[in-house]
Amino acid sequence: MKLVHPLMKYVRPGAISTATCAGCGDGIMAQAVLRAIDELELNIDDFVFVSGIGCAGWIPSPFFNADTLHTTHGRPIAFASGVKLARPDRKVVVISGDGDLAAIGGNHLIHAARRNIGMTVICANNGIYGMTGGQVAPTTPLGLKTTTTPYGNVERAFDLCALVEAAGASYVARWTTYHARGLTRSVKKALTKRGFSFIEVLSQCPVQYGRRTGVGNAVAMMKGYKENSLSVKKAASLNEEELKNKIIVGELVDKDSPELTEEIEKVRRIHE
Amino acid sequence: MIEIDEDLCKGCEICVAFCAKDVLEMSDKFNKKGVHPPLVVREEDCNLCGNCMLYCPDLAIVVAEEEESG
Repeated sequence: MKLVHPLMKYVRPGAISTATCAGCGDGIMAQAVLRAIDELELNIDDFVFVSGIGCAGWIPSPFFNADTLHTTHGRPIAFASGVKLARPDRKVVVISGDGDLAAIGGNHLIHAARRNIGMTVICANNGIYGMTGGQVAPTTPLGLKTTTTPYGNVERAFDLCALVEAAGASYVARWTTYHARGLTRSVKKALTKRGFSFIEVLSQCPVQYGRRTGVGNAVAMMKGYKENSLSVKKAASLNEEELKNKIIVGELVDKDSPELTEEIEKVRRIHE
Repeated sequence: MIEIDEDLCKGCEICVAFCAKDVLEMSDKFNKKGVHPPLVVREEDCNLCGNCMLYCPDLAIVVAEEEESG
């Protein structure tokens, strides 16, 4: 008897082979998102997946057999806000990379979090511009030698979770591709959460990051995530020096606050 | 039981590295993409943890309990 992958039913026929390089963490993320939908027993036809430009933009589009919107660089959250306001009944999920969501589209990210619009944003953070050849990104760790920082990066990296938390999101979590089970749990929670939910996923880029910077292949990068990560609970008891170069994984924010489309509906009812 | 769709494999070796029971090994043959897919060599050691399936970026591995025949 031939076994069929339980998540293959969500994959668009004709796009079964992923668009990513060998060992890319984006495939693990794609699987985590599909598994969360499967475990929640949600209908994928009720979703609208929005992505931008970059490797991670290929996670939902064309891979997921659902309504997908592959938008311009940095603007998936802007497009997704339009979709959510026009169709509040739909679950809107943005899956894109750090260069797309945090660099060029950083302003959309903070304002969507400030408005607390009901969507889930899953950010694949590989710490580099992978598709264009390994240039430095706002998420590149300090000191890393990339193609555009041959003497080491002198700029500090963005803490995306802290940024989104400060802007007012209802749910914020950080995981790595090594923590695929925790990631699936968080995606399930984010999909059912009222308001803006944000998950940052540290995802390995073995070609432009691992190979060029000498960190190693996909396996070495995932082992690095395993060794350098700490749970939120454990990190709470450590000082700044001990937390240097560590990845804090887990749920960082989980709170209830007013959601934008519901607030708009309230205003509309008053003036009807 | 473990089933590998060899032609979906890109040969990243994540499944081999993260198998807790050392069940998989890279094979010498080439698949359609021209890479070496993994091979199930010690299936009797497999405890169905599903790590290989969970970490496969290409949905090429399925792990499931064996259905009893008859």
